[in-house]
Amino acid sequence: MSRENSLVSAQWVEENLDNPKVVLIEVDEDTTAYDKGHIKGAIKLDWTTDLQDQVRRDFVNKEQFEALLSERGVANDDTVVLYGGNNNWFAAYAYWYFKLYGHEDVKLLDGGRKKWELDSRELVGELPDRPATTYTAQEQDLSIRAFRDEVVAAIGTQNLVDVRSPDEFAGRLLAPAHLPQEQAQRAGHIPTAANVPWSKAANDDGTFRSDEELKEIYTEAGVDWSKDTIAYCRIGERSSHTWFVLKEILGEENVKNYDGSWTEYGSLVGVPIALGDEPGEA
Amino acid sequence: MCGATEGGLSLNGINTDIEAIVQGQVTKGGEPVSTGYVRLLDRTGEFTAEVPVSATGHFRFFAGDGEWTLRTLVPGAEPVDRKVQAAVGSIAEVEIAV
Repeated sequence: MSRENSLVSAQWVEENLDNPKVVLIEVDEDTTAYDKGHIKGAIKLDWTTDLQDQVRRDFVNKEQFEALLSERGVANDDTVVLYGGNNNWFAAYAYWYFKLYGHEDVKLLDGGRKKWELDSRELVGELPDRPATTYTAQEQDLSIRAFRDEVVAAIGTQNLVDVRSPDEFAGRLLAPAHLPQEQAQRAGHIPTAANVPWSKAANDDGTFRSDEELKEIYTEAGVDWSKDTIAYCRIGERSSHTWFVLKEILGEENVKNYDGSWTEYGSLVGVPIALGDEPGEA
Repeated sequence: MCGATEGGLSLNGINTDIEAIVQGQVTKGGEPVSTGYVRLLDRTGEFTAEVPVSATGHFRFFAGDGEWTLRTLVPGAEPVDRKVQAAVGSIAEVEIAV
Protein backbone atom coordinates (compact mmCIF):
# COMPACT_ATOMS: atom_id res chain seq x y z
CA MET A 1 0.00 0.00 0.00
CA SER A 2 0.99 3.63 -0.20
CA ARG A 3 -0.26 7.05 0.76
CA GLU A 4 -1.79 7.49 -2.72
CA ASN A 5 -4.11 4.49 -2.51
CA SER A 6 -4.99 4.55 1.18
CA LEU A 7 -5.62 8.26 1.86
CA VAL A 8 -7.90 10.80 0.21
CA SER A 9 -7.96 14.55 0.75
CA ALA A 10 -10.93 16.65 1.82
CA GLN A 11 -10.89 18.12 -1.68
CA TRP A 12 -11.21 14.65 -3.23
CA VAL A 13 -14.16 13.89 -0.96
CA GLU A 14 -15.80 17.21 -1.87
CA GLU A 15 -15.48 16.30 -5.56
CA ASN A 16 -16.98 12.84 -4.99
CA LEU A 17 -19.92 13.77 -2.76
CA ASP A 18 -22.40 12.73 -5.45
CA ASN A 19 -20.51 9.68 -6.66
CA PRO A 20 -22.86 6.75 -5.94
CA LYS A 21 -19.97 4.26 -5.72
CA VAL A 22 -18.25 6.22 -2.97
CA VAL A 23 -19.64 5.55 0.50
CA LEU A 24 -18.59 7.95 3.24
CA ILE A 25 -18.70 6.45 6.74
CA GLU A 26 -18.24 8.43 9.94
CA VAL A 27 -16.87 6.54 12.97
CA ASP A 28 -16.34 8.52 16.15
CA GLU A 29 -15.37 7.92 19.72
CA ASP A 30 -18.16 10.35 20.57
CA THR A 31 -20.92 8.42 18.83
CA THR A 32 -23.26 11.43 18.95
CA ALA A 33 -20.98 13.62 16.80
CA TYR A 34 -22.57 12.31 13.59
CA ASP A 35 -26.03 13.27 14.81
CA LYS A 36 -24.95 16.90 15.27
CA GLY A 37 -23.79 17.12 11.65
CA HIS A 38 -21.87 15.00 9.15
CA ILE A 39 -20.48 15.14 5.63
CA LYS A 40 -23.31 15.04 3.10
CA GLY A 41 -24.29 11.46 2.26
CA ALA A 42 -22.21 9.89 5.04
CA ILE A 43 -23.57 6.96 7.02
CA LYS A 44 -22.57 6.23 10.61
CA LEU A 45 -20.99 3.21 12.25
CA ASP A 46 -21.01 3.00 16.02
CA TRP A 47 -17.78 1.30 17.07
CA THR A 48 -19.22 0.14 20.39
CA THR A 49 -22.49 -1.37 19.16
CA ASP A 50 -21.96 -2.05 15.43
CA LEU A 51 -18.40 -3.34 15.41
CA GLN A 52 -18.07 -5.17 18.72
CA ASP A 53 -19.70 -8.34 19.92
CA GLN A 54 -22.06 -7.35 22.73
CA VAL A 55 -21.27 -10.36 24.93
CA ARG A 56 -17.69 -11.57 24.37
CA ARG A 57 -14.68 -9.24 24.07
CA ASP A 58 -14.25 -9.61 20.32
CA PHE A 59 -15.33 -8.20 17.01
CA VAL A 60 -18.61 -8.98 15.32
CA ASN A 61 -18.15 -12.15 13.30
CA LYS A 62 -18.17 -12.45 9.51
CA GLU A 63 -21.92 -13.04 9.30
CA GLN A 64 -22.68 -10.09 11.60
CA PHE A 65 -20.38 -7.85 9.57
CA GLU A 66 -22.09 -8.94 6.36
CA ALA A 67 -25.51 -8.23 7.84
CA LEU A 68 -24.38 -4.83 9.10
CA LEU A 69 -22.96 -3.61 5.78
CA SER A 70 -25.87 -5.08 3.79
CA GLU A 71 -28.36 -3.24 5.99
CA ARG A 72 -26.42 0.05 5.75
CA GLY A 73 -26.27 -0.21 1.95
CA VAL A 74 -22.55 -0.83 1.42
CA ALA A 75 -21.68 -2.99 -1.61
CA ASN A 76 -18.54 -5.05 -2.13
CA ASP A 77 -17.44 -2.92 -5.08
CA ASP A 78 -18.02 0.43 -3.33
CA THR A 79 -15.12 2.70 -2.44
CA VAL A 80 -15.44 3.12 1.32
CA VAL A 81 -14.05 6.38 2.72
CA LEU A 82 -13.81 6.47 6.51
CA TYR A 83 -13.48 9.58 8.64
CA GLY A 84 -14.06 10.57 12.23
CA GLY A 85 -13.15 12.77 15.15
CA ASN A 86 -10.23 12.42 17.56
CA ASN A 87 -7.73 12.57 14.69
CA ASN A 88 -9.31 9.58 12.95
CA TRP A 89 -8.54 7.12 15.78
CA PHE A 90 -11.77 5.21 15.42
CA ALA A 91 -11.93 5.72 11.66
CA ALA A 92 -8.48 4.10 11.45
CA TYR A 93 -9.76 1.31 13.68
CA ALA A 94 -12.71 0.82 11.29
CA TYR A 95 -10.33 0.98 8.31
CA TRP A 96 -8.28 -1.86 9.81
CA TYR A 97 -11.54 -3.72 10.45
CA PHE A 98 -12.68 -3.36 6.82
CA LYS A 99 -9.26 -4.69 5.74
CA LEU A 100 -9.56 -7.53 8.23
CA TYR A 101 -12.78 -8.63 6.52
CA GLY A 102 -11.27 -8.14 3.07
CA HIS A 103 -13.02 -5.05 1.71
CA GLU A 104 -11.31 -4.29 -1.59
CA ASP A 105 -11.30 -0.50 -1.79
CA VAL A 106 -11.17 1.39 1.50
CA LYS A 107 -9.60 4.75 2.23
CA LEU A 108 -9.18 7.21 5.07
CA LEU A 109 -9.99 10.91 4.78
CA ASP A 110 -6.71 12.63 5.71
CA GLY A 111 -7.35 14.78 8.79
CA GLY A 112 -10.81 13.33 9.35
CA ARG A 113 -13.67 15.34 10.68
CA LYS A 114 -11.42 17.94 12.32
CA LYS A 115 -9.66 18.95 9.11
CA TRP A 116 -13.03 19.11 7.37
CA GLU A 117 -14.32 21.46 10.07
CA LEU A 118 -11.16 23.56 10.21
CA ASP A 119 -11.51 24.03 6.44
CA SER A 120 -15.07 25.31 7.12
CA ARG A 121 -16.51 22.67 4.80
CA GLU A 122 -20.21 21.84 4.99
CA LEU A 123 -21.77 19.43 7.50
CA VAL A 124 -25.42 18.47 7.17
CA GLY A 125 -28.08 16.92 9.40
CA GLU A 126 -29.98 15.14 6.67
CA LEU A 127 -29.70 11.33 6.74
CA PRO A 128 -28.83 9.47 3.54
CA ASP A 129 -31.07 6.78 2.17
CA ARG A 130 -29.02 3.88 0.83
CA PRO A 131 -30.86 0.82 -0.46
CA ALA A 132 -29.85 -2.47 1.20
CA THR A 133 -27.23 -4.64 -0.48
CA THR A 134 -26.04 -8.22 -0.19
CA TYR A 135 -22.54 -7.82 1.21
CA THR A 136 -20.12 -10.72 1.34
CA ALA A 137 -17.13 -10.51 3.69
CA GLN A 138 -13.94 -12.59 3.53
CA GLU A 139 -12.60 -14.65 6.40
CA GLN A 140 -10.55 -12.48 8.79
CA ASP A 141 -7.11 -11.67 7.41
CA LEU A 142 -5.05 -12.68 10.42
CA SER A 143 -1.86 -11.38 8.81
CA ILE A 144 -2.85 -7.96 10.22
CA ARG A 145 -4.21 -9.01 13.64
CA ALA A 146 -2.02 -10.11 16.55
CA PHE A 147 -3.15 -12.22 19.48
CA ARG A 148 -1.60 -12.43 22.94
CA ASP A 149 0.59 -15.50 22.42
CA GLU A 150 2.33 -14.05 19.38
CA VAL A 151 2.82 -10.80 21.27
CA VAL A 152 4.60 -12.64 24.09
CA ALA A 153 6.68 -14.51 21.47
CA ALA A 154 7.57 -11.18 19.82
CA ILE A 155 9.36 -9.86 22.92
CA GLY A 156 12.97 -9.27 21.94
CA THR A 157 12.48 -10.67 18.42
CA GLN A 158 10.07 -8.34 16.59
CA ASN A 159 9.36 -4.63 16.74
CA LEU A 160 6.78 -3.92 19.41
CA VAL A 161 5.49 -0.38 19.10
CA ASP A 162 3.63 0.99 22.11
CA VAL A 163 1.71 4.03 20.90
CA ARG A 164 0.38 5.21 24.26
CA SER A 165 1.52 8.35 26.04
CA PRO A 166 4.89 8.29 27.84
CA ASP A 167 3.17 8.22 31.23
CA GLU A 168 1.12 5.15 30.32
CA PHE A 169 4.20 3.46 28.81
CA ALA A 170 6.25 4.04 31.95
CA GLY A 171 3.47 2.79 34.21
CA ARG A 172 2.77 6.14 35.86
CA LEU A 173 -0.79 6.11 34.45
CA LEU A 174 -3.15 3.26 33.53
CA ALA A 175 -5.17 5.24 31.01
CA PRO A 176 -4.68 8.56 29.26
CA ALA A 177 -5.79 11.57 31.24
CA HIS A 178 -9.27 12.60 30.17
CA LEU A 179 -10.50 9.32 28.69
CA PRO A 180 -12.78 6.69 30.22
CA GLN A 181 -10.61 4.60 32.49
CA GLU A 182 -10.93 1.07 31.09
CA GLN A 183 -8.02 -0.42 32.91
CA ALA A 184 -5.68 -3.36 33.11
CA GLN A 185 -4.70 -4.98 36.40
CA ARG A 186 -1.11 -3.80 36.08
CA ALA A 187 0.61 -0.72 34.63
CA GLY A 188 3.72 -0.64 32.45
CA HIS A 189 4.60 -1.93 28.99
CA ILE A 190 5.62 -5.05 27.10
CA PRO A 191 9.39 -5.52 27.51
CA THR A 192 11.48 -4.32 24.54
CA ALA A 193 8.63 -2.17 23.15
CA ALA A 194 9.51 1.21 21.65
CA ASN A 195 7.32 4.09 22.78
CA VAL A 196 6.09 6.18 19.86
CA PRO A 197 2.89 8.00 20.87
CA TRP A 198 0.37 7.87 18.01
CA SER A 199 0.27 11.69 17.96
CA LYS A 200 3.86 11.87 16.66
CA ALA A 201 2.49 10.68 13.31
CA ALA A 202 -0.06 13.47 12.93
CA ASN A 203 0.00 17.20 12.39
CA ASP A 204 -2.13 19.40 14.65
CA ASP A 205 -4.91 19.45 12.05
CA GLY A 206 -5.07 15.65 12.14
CA THR A 207 -3.44 15.02 8.75
CA PHE A 208 -0.56 12.56 8.59
CA ARG A 209 3.03 13.78 8.47
CA SER A 210 5.09 13.25 5.32
CA ASP A 211 6.58 9.84 4.51
CA GLU A 212 10.08 11.15 5.26
CA GLU A 213 9.06 12.56 8.66
CA LEU A 214 7.23 9.35 9.56
CA LYS A 215 10.14 7.14 8.62
CA GLU A 216 12.47 9.27 10.72
CA ILE A 217 10.20 9.23 13.78
CA TYR A 218 10.03 5.42 13.94
CA THR A 219 13.66 4.93 13.02
CA GLU A 220 14.74 7.26 15.83
CA ALA A 221 12.56 5.35 18.28
CA GLY A 222 14.41 2.15 17.42
CA VAL A 223 12.12 0.42 14.91
CA ASP A 224 14.18 -2.08 12.90
CA TRP A 225 12.72 -2.03 9.37
CA SER A 226 14.03 -5.53 8.64
CA LYS A 227 11.76 -7.03 11.30
CA ASP A 228 8.02 -7.66 11.55
CA THR A 229 6.07 -5.25 13.72
CA ILE A 230 3.20 -5.38 16.21
CA ALA A 231 1.55 -2.13 17.35
CA TYR A 232 -0.51 -1.86 20.52
CA CYS A 233 -2.09 0.73 22.80
CA ARG A 234 -4.76 0.29 25.47
CA ILE A 235 -7.82 -0.98 23.57
CA GLY A 236 -6.48 -1.16 20.00
CA GLU A 237 -7.82 2.05 18.45
CA ARG A 238 -4.79 4.37 18.76
CA SER A 239 -2.63 1.49 17.53
CA SER A 240 -4.87 1.15 14.44
CA HIS A 241 -3.76 4.70 13.63
CA THR A 242 -0.10 3.63 13.87
CA TRP A 243 -0.79 0.35 12.04
CA PHE A 244 -2.23 2.50 9.24
CA VAL A 245 0.93 4.62 9.14
CA LEU A 246 3.33 1.67 9.03
CA LYS A 247 1.39 -0.68 6.79
CA GLU A 248 -0.71 1.55 4.55
CA ILE A 249 1.26 4.81 4.24
CA LEU A 250 4.83 3.52 4.52
CA GLY A 251 3.97 0.18 2.89
CA GLU A 252 5.76 -2.07 5.40
CA GLU A 253 5.01 -5.74 4.75
CA ASN A 254 4.31 -7.47 8.04
CA VAL A 255 2.58 -5.16 10.49
CA LYS A 256 -0.09 -6.33 12.90
CA ASN A 257 -2.40 -4.53 15.28
CA TYR A 258 -2.80 -6.13 18.72
CA ASP A 259 -6.39 -5.18 19.53
CA GLY A 260 -6.27 -6.90 22.92
CA SER A 261 -3.61 -4.30 23.75
CA TRP A 262 -2.75 -3.24 27.27
CA THR A 263 -6.19 -3.94 28.74
CA GLU A 264 -5.55 -7.60 27.88
CA TYR A 265 -1.76 -7.85 28.29
CA GLY A 266 -1.70 -5.95 31.59
CA SER A 267 -4.26 -8.39 33.00
CA LEU A 268 -2.56 -11.64 31.92
CA VAL A 269 -1.13 -13.89 34.61
CA GLY A 270 2.57 -14.63 34.37
CA VAL A 271 3.71 -12.42 31.48
CA PRO A 272 6.72 -10.10 31.83
CA ILE A 273 6.15 -6.35 32.28
CA ALA A 274 8.65 -3.50 32.09
CA LEU A 275 8.30 -0.28 34.07
CA GLY A 276 9.89 3.10 33.40
CA ASP A 277 10.76 5.08 30.30
CA GLU A 278 13.18 2.53 28.79
CA PRO A 279 12.07 -0.44 26.62
CA GLY A 280 13.54 -2.95 29.07
CA GLU A 281 15.15 -6.35 28.54
CA ALA A 282 13.68 -9.45 26.91
CA MET B 1 -25.26 27.50 43.30
CA CYS B 2 -21.95 27.05 41.52
CA GLY B 3 -20.43 30.18 40.04
CA ALA B 4 -17.79 28.25 38.10
CA THR B 5 -20.33 26.87 35.66
CA GLU B 6 -22.29 30.04 34.95
CA GLY B 7 -23.13 29.89 31.27
CA GLY B 8 -20.69 27.02 30.81
CA LEU B 9 -20.77 23.24 30.89
CA SER B 10 -22.73 21.58 33.66
CA LEU B 11 -20.83 19.99 36.52
CA ASN B 12 -23.75 17.76 37.43
CA GLY B 13 -22.62 14.28 38.34
CA ILE B 14 -18.94 15.22 38.49
CA ASN B 15 -17.08 14.77 41.76
CA THR B 16 -14.98 17.93 41.67
CA ASP B 17 -13.11 16.89 44.84
CA ILE B 18 -11.18 14.20 42.97
CA GLU B 19 -10.72 15.87 39.59
CA ALA B 20 -8.20 18.45 38.34
CA ILE B 21 -10.53 20.32 36.03
CA VAL B 22 -9.38 22.70 33.32
CA GLN B 23 -12.21 24.42 31.52
CA GLY B 24 -13.14 27.64 29.80
CA GLN B 25 -14.39 29.31 26.67
CA VAL B 26 -12.91 30.19 23.30
CA THR B 27 -13.93 33.47 21.71
CA LYS B 28 -13.15 35.24 18.45
CA GLY B 29 -13.84 38.94 18.10
CA GLY B 30 -15.68 38.87 21.44
CA GLU B 31 -18.10 36.17 20.25
CA PRO B 32 -18.04 32.51 21.35
CA VAL B 33 -16.53 30.16 18.78
CA SER B 34 -18.99 27.37 17.89
CA THR B 35 -16.65 25.28 15.72
CA GLY B 36 -13.16 24.44 16.85
CA TYR B 37 -10.99 22.26 19.00
CA VAL B 38 -8.89 22.61 22.11
CA ARG B 39 -5.86 20.39 22.71
CA LEU B 40 -4.36 19.57 26.09
CA LEU B 41 -0.57 19.14 26.00
CA ASP B 42 1.44 17.86 28.95
CA ARG B 43 4.48 19.52 30.53
CA THR B 44 6.72 18.15 27.77
CA GLY B 45 4.43 19.36 24.99
CA GLU B 46 3.12 15.84 24.35
CA PHE B 47 -0.48 15.50 23.15
CA THR B 48 -2.76 14.36 25.96
CA ALA B 49 -6.31 15.03 24.80
CA GLU B 50 -8.39 17.07 22.42
CA VAL B 51 -12.04 18.08 22.57
CA PRO B 52 -14.36 19.94 20.20
CA VAL B 53 -15.78 23.13 21.73
CA SER B 54 -19.48 23.23 22.54
CA ALA B 55 -21.94 25.39 20.60
CA THR B 56 -21.12 28.16 23.08
CA GLY B 57 -17.34 27.77 22.75
CA HIS B 58 -16.89 25.94 26.04
CA PHE B 59 -14.49 23.09 26.73
CA ARG B 60 -13.43 20.98 29.70
CA PHE B 61 -10.59 18.58 30.50
CA PHE B 62 -9.99 16.29 33.42
CA ALA B 63 -6.25 16.73 33.82
CA GLY B 64 -3.91 16.01 36.69
CA ASP B 65 -1.79 18.06 39.08
CA GLY B 66 0.75 20.23 37.30
CA GLU B 67 1.34 22.52 34.39
CA TRP B 68 -0.46 21.99 31.10
CA THR B 69 -0.75 23.85 27.82
CA LEU B 70 -4.02 24.48 26.03
CA ARG B 71 -3.87 24.96 22.26
CA THR B 72 -6.80 26.18 20.19
CA LEU B 73 -7.59 25.06 16.64
CA VAL B 74 -10.26 27.32 15.18
CA PRO B 75 -11.19 27.79 11.49
CA GLY B 76 -9.70 31.00 10.13
CA ALA B 77 -7.56 31.73 13.21
CA GLU B 78 -3.96 30.99 14.16
CA PRO B 79 -3.54 28.47 16.99
CA VAL B 80 -3.21 30.09 20.44
CA ASP B 81 -1.26 28.42 23.27
CA ARG B 82 -2.13 29.13 26.90
CA LYS B 83 -0.36 27.65 29.93
CA VAL B 84 -2.50 26.58 32.86
CA GLN B 85 -1.86 25.13 36.31
CA ALA B 86 -4.21 22.33 37.37
CA ALA B 87 -4.71 20.79 40.78
CA VAL B 88 -6.94 18.01 42.05
CA GLY B 89 -9.98 19.45 43.82
CA SER B 90 -9.95 22.72 41.93
CA ILE B 91 -11.25 24.18 38.67
CA ALA B 92 -8.89 26.21 36.50
CA GLU B 93 -10.93 28.60 34.32
CA VAL B 94 -9.28 29.77 31.11
CA GLU B 95 -10.77 32.25 28.66
CA ILE B 96 -9.00 32.18 25.29
CA ALA B 97 -9.45 34.83 22.60
CA VAL B 98 -8.20 33.77 19.17
